[in-house]
Amino acid sequence: MNTTAPTTEQILGPTPGQILRRKIFGHRGIVIGGGIFLIIVLMAVLAPLIAPYDPYHQDLVARLVPPIWQDKGTWTHVLGTDQVGRDYLSRLIYGARISLMIGVMAALISGIIGTSMGVAAGYFGGKVDMVVTFLITCRLSLPVILVSLAVVAIVGGSLEMVILVLGLLLWDRYAVVMRASTQQIRSLDYIAAAQAAGCSTWYILAREILPNVMNQLIVVATLEFAHAVLLEAALSFLGLGVQPPLPSWGLMISEGRNYILFDAWLIAIPGSALFMMLLAVNLLGDGVRDVTVPENRA
Amino acid sequence: MLIYTAKRILLAILVSLTVSALVFSLLYLSGDPATALAGERANEADILAIKAAYGFDQPVYVQYFKWLAGAVQGEFGNSVYFRLPVIDLITERLPVTMTLGVCAMAFALLLSIPLGVLAAMYPNSLIDRAALLLAVLGQALPSFWFALMLIVVFAYWFPILPASGSDSWEHFVLPTIVLGYYATPAFMRLTRTGLLDVLSSDYVRTARAKGLRPAKVLFKHALRNAIIPVVSLAAVQFGFMLTGSIIIETVFALHGAGFLAWESISRSDFPTVQAVLLLFSWFYIILTFLADLLNAWLNPRIRVA
Amino acid sequence: MTTTLSVENLRVSIPLSAGVLHAVRGISFEVAKGETLCLVGESGCGKSLTSLALMNLLPSRAKRDADRIEFDGTDLLGVGERGMARMRGNSMAMIFQEPMTSLNPAYTIGNQLEEGIRLHKGVSAREARERAVYLLEKVGITAAASRLTQYPHQLSGGLRQRVMIAMALMCGPDLLICDEPTTALDVTIQAQILHLIKDLQREFDMAVILITHDLGVVARVADRVAVMYAGEIIESGDVAEIFSRPTHPYTQGLLNCIPVPGKTRHGERLGTIPGIVPSMIGEMAGCAFANRCSYAQDICQQHVETHTVAPNHAVRCVRAEQVRTVAAGSLA
Repeated sequence: MNTTAPTTEQILGPTPGQILRRKIFGHRGIVIGGGIFLIIVLMAVLAPLIAPYDPYHQDLVARLVPPIWQDKGTWTHVLGTDQVGRDYLSRLIYGARISLMIGVMAALISGIIGTSMGVAAGYFGGKVDMVVTFLITCRLSLPVILVSLAVVAIVGGSLEMVILVLGLLLWDRYAVVMRASTQQIRSLDYIAAAQAAGCSTWYILAREILPNVMNQLIVVATLEFAHAVLLEAALSFLGLGVQPPLPSWGLMISEGRNYILFDAWLIAIPGSALFMMLLAVNLLGDGVRDVTVPENRA
Repeated sequence: MLIYTAKRILLAILVSLTVSALVFSLLYLSGDPATALAGERANEADILAIKAAYGFDQPVYVQYFKWLAGAVQGEFGNSVYFRLPVIDLITERLPVTMTLGVCAMAFALLLSIPLGVLAAMYPNSLIDRAALLLAVLGQALPSFWFALMLIVVFAYWFPILPASGSDSWEHFVLPTIVLGYYATPAFMRLTRTGLLDVLSSDYVRTARAKGLRPAKVLFKHALRNAIIPVVSLAAVQFGFMLTGSIIIETVFALHGAGFLAWESISRSDFPTVQAVLLLFSWFYIILTFLADLLNAWLNPRIRVA
Repeated sequence: MTTTLSVENLRVSIPLSAGVLHAVRGISFEVAKGETLCLVGESGCGKSLTSLALMNLLPSRAKRDADRIEFDGTDLLGVGERGMARMRGNSMAMIFQEPMTSLNPAYTIGNQLEEGIRLHKGVSAREARERAVYLLEKVGITAAASRLTQYPHQLSGGLRQRVMIAMALMCGPDLLICDEPTTALDVTIQAQILHLIKDLQREFDMAVILITHDLGVVARVADRVAVMYAGEIIESGDVAEIFSRPTHPYTQGLLNCIPVPGKTRHGERLGTIPGIVPSMIGEMAGCAFANRCSYAQDICQQHVETHTVAPNHAVRCVRAEQVRTVAAGSLA
């Protein structure tokens, strides 16, 4: 028999926060995805400090210097230089800023639109629900790439424009998911209790509904973040997104296309960066879902 | 089933109309479409002439209904760049896109459904983990970059496939893989979770209790029910594939409708852009409509109400 | 009477992260032709796993082990999965608890009724259909022929359970296992279904194992009863003997929980059994019920053997004789 008195911790067991923390750090996807994502964020934030060169500085003498692992690579340009002699590593580091900016802003704008629509549809039901569902159906019928290409072509491409167009297009998944989860929560007793207690609609939405759909909201936000980053890269690759000389990864791939035959690293490097970022965000999103949705743990 | 079909048709028509209005209004984002069409070097007279020629001097709603009436009859006016009827351009290019779409869909389904079935039959096994890893990696792979890397590997390093063009079946191999892999993770995950669900269901246990062979239990009783959501997803994904073809056809210089869309957008060829955009949207609406019908037909609860 | 099924020392274990869960801990029983054996116990006592183990339909994680499972003269432990598949639905059939979800929503009733007999007996489509109509009428479904083209969602729960019974009888099984066949149904329908099972048993002269937690059901249909607790059979015998002279303290506790008309006074509180079922993870020494038993003494922590206290009445309790005396005294 254990004769020493148990500590409070032993009696109470781990707190919900401790359990969540344990789950998060025990989840391989979150640790790997979060690690990669943290590196990219640090890269973006500290870009002026860690980038060895000015990403816009052209050096026509040192054009198309190969990266370090190739025969003629040098330590002066670890990842080589592009077709006009700009340091590729510096451009890659600054490129993280553009991707992050687009991803965060687009996910935020579309998140605000989609969440308001979805929560309103789920909470009020009836005609509101019908209108929102109809809008979602219409939105899904419009091909995102084609519409954003056309809009950017008509009004002109810039960072702000791409953010705005993607933000106004990518709200559909938010609306679908938020509508479903709000409907589910709305049918629970504590909402009826809050209504019976005379709480205002705004109070119920803000204090009872939103906190309970937060987990799903975060999962959708990560998905849409990745979606926006991918679309920006595709638009820029097609020449109708962010405009040169900004160091967008998609634009770098597009510019490297003409050298695909002999200097494939020009597209391999920014593409790998893009792939790593998308992978990291997807792993994070999947991880958040695994950790927060209990019935999903198989 | 009849009432259900009628309701769905009505919804599809309403959505089509709304979408057409949105597509039409895109043109006015630039402010004055006549100025945009005329180009930078046009003078006042040119712009007036264009206004008259395209009917921009009429009220907007008259323009819209005229355009819509034409669109319903397949009449989209002439391409500004090619100086040809838009509908001829599209009908000429569409077969390439359709071939690509069908090949990509077949590739995706043939790869993902067997993988999903194996993953569900042996959960947490090596094959399940490998399939999951493939899905996670696949979802993060940008298609245009994947396309370029495939070109580097299979057209330059090991020159066994052509890098661009649309003359022979070999030209379709790489585009099919790139376009098809994109839908694979979603199909696979859906097949896996659906089948896992069904395999633990009571009616599968009943089927086993009847002494049916494992293959019959799997194919007759389990897969039939697990595959229903995959059918809806396939229709939606086919629509996504057609839009995805814009990127793929541009990378591989396949002269399909997606390539036409990109060409017209970069040349500000508005009649063509509108036509392609509208047709792609309508096509998607028809696809989801058919998918819903097929879904209802596969599900006796809706079919035999 | 000829013995249809005889089970010796059946064990089912499920490996979990916390340890091995011994859900069924070495139980033995027999069922004869034309006889109904009721397995009674609370949820979680291992009675459903027992039935699945007989059919070899356990979830893939669960492991079955036994000294002998003899059915119609063959040892089921030796026949393998293919051999079991030949018997399932053919000579041994099963009815489940959930009629709402036990039929495949994608196929007609006829299709699901006929596929088993066509496989096992190789009969023609017409013969299969005739048999299906015959049995649907037997289980009391009107307009049987037209039901064949209906889908499960078009039938009520009670009708679906009748279809399940008809399906189980298609090949004329020697053994019918019913796992809580009436739990999910309305009380009025429960009685009809139990009657039906009893009638069909007489008509087809089958052995029936009926699993239930409801002593009311036992009283209606059982010839013999086996009471399960924590994966063991703690008392078994003829139904009249068990109901009139329950000997294991747990069985007594169970019987105290049912109101008896004329005996339970109005306003009197029904009995409950204090305490909870012990964890079934790991090995267990002594009597599993000891921690809840008012008769428990130190001796109960030692190994317990099942022994006979009367003809056709066996109890797994060290103090059975004393309990019997005390119980008889309190009844007098």
